[in-house]
Amino acid sequence: MANAVHIVVCAGIVPDPLQTLEPVTGPAGPGLKNEMVLPAVLDPWAASALYEAAALAAKKPGSKLWLVSLGPKAKLQQVMMTVAQKVAFELVPIDGPIGGFPDAHATAAVLAETIAALPGLDRDKLLLFGGWESATRGAGVTLQLVGERLGITDQFQGVDEISLREDGSFEVLERVEGGKHQVSVCAGEPAVLGWATGNLAEPRNNPQVGMANMRTIMPALAKAKVAKLEANGLSYISVSLPQQQRTTRVEKNMTPDEIAAELVAWMGAE
Amino acid sequence: MEKILVLTHADESGSALSKASLEAVTAGVELAARLSAPLTIGILAVDLGFIPAMLAETGAQILSVTGEAFAQARYATDAAAAEALCRAAEATIVLAPGTSRFTRVAAGVAYRLGGFVDTHITALSGTESVEANRWFYRQRIEAVISRTARPWFLLLDAGTHAAFDGELSTALSEGITVELPALRTTVSGFRAPAQGAQTIRPDAKLLLVAGAGWTKKQPDGQLHAAEAGELILGFLHASGASLGSSKSLVDQGGEGNSVLPFLTHLNQIGQTGATPRHAKGLSTCCHGEEPHVVGWRFIADRRAISLDPNCGWTRGKADVVYVADAFQVMARVNALLDAGK
Repeated sequence: MANAVHIVVCAGIVPDPLQTLEPVTGPAGPGLKNEMVLPAVLDPWAASALYEAAALAAKKPGSKLWLVSLGPKAKLQQVMMTVAQKVAFELVPIDGPIGGFPDAHATAAVLAETIAALPGLDRDKLLLFGGWESATRGAGVTLQLVGERLGITDQFQGVDEISLREDGSFEVLERVEGGKHQVSVCAGEPAVLGWATGNLAEPRNNPQVGMANMRTIMPALAKAKVAKLEANGLSYISVSLPQQQRTTRVEKNMTPDEIAAELVAWMGAE
Repeated sequence: MEKILVLTHADESGSALSKASLEAVTAGVELAARLSAPLTIGILAVDLGFIPAMLAETGAQILSVTGEAFAQARYATDAAAAEALCRAAEATIVLAPGTSRFTRVAAGVAYRLGGFVDTHITALSGTESVEANRWFYRQRIEAVISRTARPWFLLLDAGTHAAFDGELSTALSEGITVELPALRTTVSGFRAPAQGAQTIRPDAKLLLVAGAGWTKKQPDGQLHAAEAGELILGFLHASGASLGSSKSLVDQGGEGNSVLPFLTHLNQIGQTGATPRHAKGLSTCCHGEEPHVVGWRFIADRRAISLDPNCGWTRGKADVVYVADAFQVMARVNALLDAGK
């Protein structure tokens, strides 16, 4: 298909945002206390990328969508039970460490190697998607590094919208400072798009999509290759929770007028 | 011995450094002094104008890449320019502002140079080696990191250093030639809310955060989204504050509920949104649970208005919590601000 695209979404798994996180340091470096038993979800911005990718693939018949995810196999399986019900994709799992403390460069190297070896992937049609930052490391560099390793020099970060054009080019809206979007037009694939929130709501669970996905997800998990991540000279001198706990003054009996007067005075004070 | 390069870029004018770049210059000057290391400043601009003269007081070597190709932020051109500056400077430590322009390319450039990058750096320390502070898990865990590998790129968060402000003086700049790749991307400009409707103001002293409670049923059993919108916009207009929002309020737009039409995902603060830097923050109708509050990490002075006396803000996350109806309070605040004009 002339207009078909091959979309690869890189998405990690992260602790559910409502969980309490406590850092611990072990022989392998820092991690989270009880990390393996914390409920996990697909990284939020990467999830936006997945939903946008599925919507895009649906507009281009013959397109393919892969979800490449690095994490402990057991946790990947747990998260996929939910994610698989959202949109159709082919999972490419990589059995590796979880969390925000491993080096992003090492993660990118493993992801790029895996993507380069995907059977059936046409790199001239490749749109590499992912979250522009993760909810773990939050560095915003992994996708960019994967793109460089794959030789892609049209990259966009903080993407909220992609609009396809008849001639194969596409318009991209990227977040920049001051609540604005930068508008760019790219001639076509290949390109890297690190997604922010996008414009799509989270798809409703579809058990039929889930069942179809799970037929390929379970064998893929069984065959997941194991990745060891290099430290690349990165060391952690300290890892800690912020100590700041405020002494909160709770005002239950002030009238709206009194509160307003106090707030206006507070706003004006240096 | 370390060699330090500060990468900078021009602001919208094309011929003056952005504020974030000037902050990175300060960080570079401080780090160079602490490590007794030579300092180079690399400039990416359309034309240099007075930029070298503004940096003369740093005593740094100044390298520049200029031309119309660099008028706009684009991966292919910016990465090529930054790569050329880094190769010319032969630096071991590269500092750069964490602007959208440089965060788009820094990792790619580091890879091309065989180096490594860390972003969202909030402080630099160490005398024998370089140590950097950054947050993990969306500002919930703080770490101090170091690297032995070089070159090491460090992208600094805005607002973590004072902007460099030196006396104008004569300074020489060495132009660096860049070979550009074939360009496949054209930047056509910016898209922003209409003049006067922009609610995100990074330089504002105060951040107002609106939570989902604004669009919930009020004590009369009715929704008052339109009134909520008027109160919030009235406050922003009168106070000059910036507007943030919880994810749940922004998401309501996708669920067919009453929404505040001026809110977008760009306003979102917290786990899946921004972590802005303002001196003060006022939360309204937001329950103050952790996913929201992580976006307040760099807001020092915090107050909240909530009907729930047990909301998250009361548990050590705000300095003052007013248990009250935000509709009533904000109407009176707006009246006072209008009367004071």
